[in-house]
Amino acid sequence: MDFAWLVFLFPALGALINLFAGARLGERGIHSVASGAVALSFLVSVGMFFGLSGLDEHHRAVTVHLWDWISVGSFHAPAAMLIDPLSVTMALAVTGVGALIHIYAGGYMHGEQNYQRFFVYLNFFILAMLVLVLSDNFVGMFVGWEGVGLASYLLIGFYFDRYDESYGHYADAGKKAFLVNRIGDFGMMVAVFLIWTGVGSVVFEEVFAGAGALSTGAATAVCLLLLLAATGKSAQLPLFVWLPDAMAGPTPVSALIHAATMVTAGIYMIARTYVLWGLAPLAGDVAAWVGALTALLAASIALTQVDLKKILAYSTISQLGFMMLGVGVGAYAFAIFHLVTHAFFKALLFLAAGNVMHGLPGGELDIRKMGNLRAKMPTTHKLFLIGAAALAGLPLLSGFFSKDGILLHASNHNILLYLIGLFTALLTAFYSFRAVFMTFWGEARDEHVHEHAHESPAVMTAPLWVLAVLALVGGALNLPFLLTMEHYLEAAVGKPAFHAAVPLELVLLAVSAVVALAGAGLAYGRYVQGAKDETGAPRGAGWAAGITGVFRPLEQGAANKWYVDEVYAALIVNPLLGLARWFDRVVDEGVVDGAVNLVGHVSLAMGGALRKVHNGLVPTYALSLFVGVAVLLLYLVFGL
Amino acid sequence: MDTALLFENATVLLPEIVLAVGVMVLMMVDIGLRKQNESGTLAALAIAILVLGMGASLLIWGRPPAEYLGGAVSDGFALSVRLVVLIAGIFGVLLSRNFLPSIERQGGAFYSLLILAVIGMMLMGTATNLIVLFIALEIFSLALYILSGFHRENPRSIEAAMKYFLLGAFASTFFVYGAALLYGAGGSTSYVQIHETLSSGGGNRSLVLPGIALLLVGFGFKVSLVPFHMWTPDVYQGAPTPVTAFMSVGTKAAAFAGFLRVMMVALPSLYEQWAAPLAILAVLTMTVGNLTALRQSSVKRMLAYSSVAHAGTILIALVAATPAATSAAAFYLFAYAFMNIGAFGVVIVLEGRGEGDVEQDRFNGLGTRYPSLAVAMAVFMLSLSGIPPLAGFFGKFLIFKAAVEADLAWLAVIGVLNSAISAYYYLRVVAAMFFREAEGEITCNCGPAINFSLAVTTIAVVVIGLQPGLWADLLRGL
Repeated sequence: MDFAWLVFLFPALGALINLFAGARLGERGIHSVASGAVALSFLVSVGMFFGLSGLDEHHRAVTVHLWDWISVGSFHAPAAMLIDPLSVTMALAVTGVGALIHIYAGGYMHGEQNYQRFFVYLNFFILAMLVLVLSDNFVGMFVGWEGVGLASYLLIGFYFDRYDESYGHYADAGKKAFLVNRIGDFGMMVAVFLIWTGVGSVVFEEVFAGAGALSTGAATAVCLLLLLAATGKSAQLPLFVWLPDAMAGPTPVSALIHAATMVTAGIYMIARTYVLWGLAPLAGDVAAWVGALTALLAASIALTQVDLKKILAYSTISQLGFMMLGVGVGAYAFAIFHLVTHAFFKALLFLAAGNVMHGLPGGELDIRKMGNLRAKMPTTHKLFLIGAAALAGLPLLSGFFSKDGILLHASNHNILLYLIGLFTALLTAFYSFRAVFMTFWGEARDEHVHEHAHESPAVMTAPLWVLAVLALVGGALNLPFLLTMEHYLEAAVGKPAFHAAVPLELVLLAVSAVVALAGAGLAYGRYVQGAKDETGAPRGAGWAAGITGVFRPLEQGAANKWYVDEVYAALIVNPLLGLARWFDRVVDEGVVDGAVNLVGHVSLAMGGALRKVHNGLVPTYALSLFVGVAVLLLYLVFGL
Repeated sequence: MDTALLFENATVLLPEIVLAVGVMVLMMVDIGLRKQNESGTLAALAIAILVLGMGASLLIWGRPPAEYLGGAVSDGFALSVRLVVLIAGIFGVLLSRNFLPSIERQGGAFYSLLILAVIGMMLMGTATNLIVLFIALEIFSLALYILSGFHRENPRSIEAAMKYFLLGAFASTFFVYGAALLYGAGGSTSYVQIHETLSSGGGNRSLVLPGIALLLVGFGFKVSLVPFHMWTPDVYQGAPTPVTAFMSVGTKAAAFAGFLRVMMVALPSLYEQWAAPLAILAVLTMTVGNLTALRQSSVKRMLAYSSVAHAGTILIALVAATPAATSAAAFYLFAYAFMNIGAFGVVIVLEGRGEGDVEQDRFNGLGTRYPSLAVAMAVFMLSLSGIPPLAGFFGKFLIFKAAVEADLAWLAVIGVLNSAISAYYYLRVVAAMFFREAEGEITCNCGPAINFSLAVTTIAVVVIGLQPGLWADLLRGL
């Protein structure tokens, strides 16, 4: 494993070469350097995988010490890599999907003004993400955590000069993402402090070995703080609001960072710290409920969105909710399994959506203006359909097995969680196929859009075929009763406490299959069959319209994202800004205004300054000082 | 008194002595060069003197701590503070090159005042006696009052000097009164003896608490704690920017050094009494500083309020009052020196020749026009907001860690929350640089001295972040 550090070297070199020499390399050169760097990183990850597989099953955890990073008093944090089944799985997903998306991005970003900057950021992101998943201690993980946050911020705001109705100012979307994430980071940092005081180390192995020293209360506090961090990064309730806006970034970024990799960091982090969660059952319950409710809420919003990327964004939030539900009920291996299959099919969906956007005039994303695009983009249609089918969990596709594993464990934990999950799965199948049918089927609803639509070049479809194959057969990583991946991960995330009886497992598999097909069928009935209204939008067959009509009263709420942004603005953002404004008015404004008036007195500089001294400001300051003295004296001397 | 005593352990003050001799040489050279407009030579000489002072500090670095005449001590903490102050001084000189006509005309006065301020600040870190402490305070304060008003063509600079002077004098009176009360209470001006008297139950206890209260005001003014911070934005904004850069770091390091030493050496027996009000001041200072900084459009003012907030964070170290906390404070100040001076350095570059201020708009589109300058500023801003793995993160990390160890987890939580708020206004600068189009031409007042300073500070912020252990070992607490 001595070569493991190379995994960091390649993306770091890629970013540096493109930063300093990119201008001379030209588009092709930049693209080759960036994609090549990630591909090489992927090869190193493959090497790590085989190196690890060569080891005895129970000793599959290798620490590669790079250098002594911090050593202050009794506090040590090495710069070291922990290579175990969990981190290798993540590294493979990050670099594998990452490499494909890098290749795709070369076509997608062709001719963009800031081509060079884009790939510098993208390689930097891969580096930070690898630091996050491969660090062997909390501080190193936090460095990666902040690094991916920064990369995400820079990439969401990539089109900083744009503005439209769907996203507002694009630059604001980046800021929102960063700030919301800072709330989560706060939880992370405090959790690390608590762990350090409680256990006396921040190195994963030592923390987990000494975790017994934590009381249940302390472990619960730590886990809830970690959960706060995860809700920020993985876009869960209550901090999910940044992710839909993050779609303002270029589509490859949405695919890589805001679907396949970065947003799953919270899930990874919880799986990584599973030992602590074992000590805090309450925190696990909270995580499970947060996950289930997020999955439901986001899926319901996805039903009503008309922006193709936003549908996928809410779908991502919903799927992350499934994963959170999985880690919450202790099905760590299944959560990671779902994380991996989700990376395949969601990256596929986003990139296919990117092709749609690329192929339509003005980068159109409104599905109400699409329809019958399969005539113009047959390849993209097939790719999107495969992704949607995997997302919907149609039987035997990758999403089917991974989602089912989570639901199985949820059913054992609390039947209510299972029912929420199952209902969400129905919604998932419905909105997935709604997106397919509205976009690619039916009649063209906007002639102008349809006429100019064209298929994308091979560089933008070839990588998608790889993802499509993975989305189709990715379930084979962990077939029921064969359980290869689950078993592989057990060395890193422990065995689940629960093993379902075979009949129960079969029954639940069958139920899931029926639900997925029902959702897809309902979407078919609603969006393909039946009459059309005057704009060409389908009215739906009688039966399907009848079923979906039941939920009509809720539609307004869902379409407005349940007013979450508005509530946050009213409860948190505005009061905080109000407070800032108040400080500003009371403390600052008088001074600024005064100073501006003063500029008129240049000729009488000294006199002006003295007048200033007499016009009330210095006495005000002195008064504030004096009040401070009085309060301190009262407190210290008279004990008030 | 035996005159031999005067020379015993005089090496304790070797760096101060070197600088004092240097100032005299500088003044004489200035007279020799009269009317030749040779500010470049003078600046080079000032740098040489400061580097010699740094050499002298390093010379006595490894020696066991010694005390000179019961008034000054050379321990690891004193030397760490010296290092920070000397770094601030050297950058202060470098940043002032080609900046103000009045500095170029009167280089001798400017640079000797700056070195005098450095001497006072260094002395503050070594003082173990209330009288030495007060003298040190006045040495650097008086020099800074004049330096703040050095831009005589700009009324704002003069206003800043006047305000700073009047309010500073006001605060000094409280300070000296507090010192007098402590002397009355402890029967001595020496920290160690005050501690011995008080901890053995002797002395006049009714004078102690009022003494502490008044002393807090004096220190609170110098390090800009809320509600004694009101002068800070006006003075930081009005003073010539190189002076602001220098004093924002130097004053903070010196005053905190003196503050920590008095409270922890002379008054640890009253920890119970002074810790609670200081904790409240820390919370107030961080919160008010950060919230007010949110709404500033002038970058200098924003950095002024940010420095108020940073003072609140460092104060947490004093509330924790453990050896680990003081070394965390030393590390924080060391890291702060590079990132804050760097940030002001970028402001100087954009400000042009002494215009006095930079609005946030001026940063628009900097990322496209001057990428390296923008990257440097981004590094400083991210470090100030405490993003790992940059220097500022470890400063915060070590202080919060010390607080948690001292059972002050709640204070650490408020600190972390505040640094989350602060990200907003630091990031706004980053966003302006990379996410906005430039309006009109950006003039760039670059020169070799300032380019060098910015390169060094940027590299330092990154290197300290990547190898914090090295520096944390070097910098000692009490």
